[in-house]
Amino acid sequence: MSSTFDQIANIIAETCDIPRDTIKPESHAIDDLGIDSLDFLDIAFAIDKAFGIKMPLEKWTQEVNDGKATTEQYFVLQNLADRIDELVAAKNAVPGA
Amino acid sequence: MNLDYFQLIDRIIDLNLDEKKITVEAQVPTTHTIFEGHFPGFPIMPGVLLTEAMAQSSGWLILGVLKFERMPFLAIVKEAKMRGFVSPGQLLTIEAKLEHEGSGFAVTKVKGRVGKDLKCSAELTFGLAPFPDPALRVHMDAKANEIGFPLQAITHD
Repeated sequence: MSSTFDQIANIIAETCDIPRDTIKPESHAIDDLGIDSLDFLDIAFAIDKAFGIKMPLEKWTQEVNDGKATTEQYFVLQNLADRIDELVAAKNAVPGA
Repeated sequence: MNLDYFQLIDRIIDLNLDEKKITVEAQVPTTHTIFEGHFPGFPIMPGVLLTEAMAQSSGWLILGVLKFERMPFLAIVKEAKMRGFVSPGQLLTIEAKLEHEGSGFAVTKVKGRVGKDLKCSAELTFGLAPFPDPALRVHMDAKANEIGFPLQAITHD
């Protein structure tokens, strides 16, 4: 079974037509890969579907805008993978979810 | 359909918030200047307008699901297929289903038919934003009333 990072990288490669081998765990989705907000909607849809979650993009964006978080915390891909793992774990911890 | 004002949906036939589906009707006018150019001697609805009709249908569904708390704005059109001609005077029946409600966006799948014939389909993504102007909210309320939006469906649950 592929890692969360690999699944995200594959989604980004397919959605944004970015060569898969240029997508690294340390890549920043915006600064390094040039993914814009519209493409990120597509990516978010694919990630939500693949992992059965609802990534709280608006909350994350608000935190960045308020200076409570950095973009690196959410948009460096290994960090994004960690956030997704947390969301999946939280979902699985809820009975009946 | 009021093409001059880009109001493409005439009435809501069914809104099922449990299944997150909507069915609407859109009566294509028998005459309009659009048909004089598109095309002379062979008037048909432009694909962009069929796409817009599918978007507006989805928009009413999303407004219902979100209880008019946010406004959907069309962001991505995927897999838009114009499967057959739609002519002046025909009645379009459009069904939209909410595929996914994400954080700040929603995705629908939509199909438009004339009778039983499938004429168009698409997967549409919308950005969801607070109403940017109170006048827009007032307009949407009035329009909802005009097209028979079942307001009880979003106030009684």
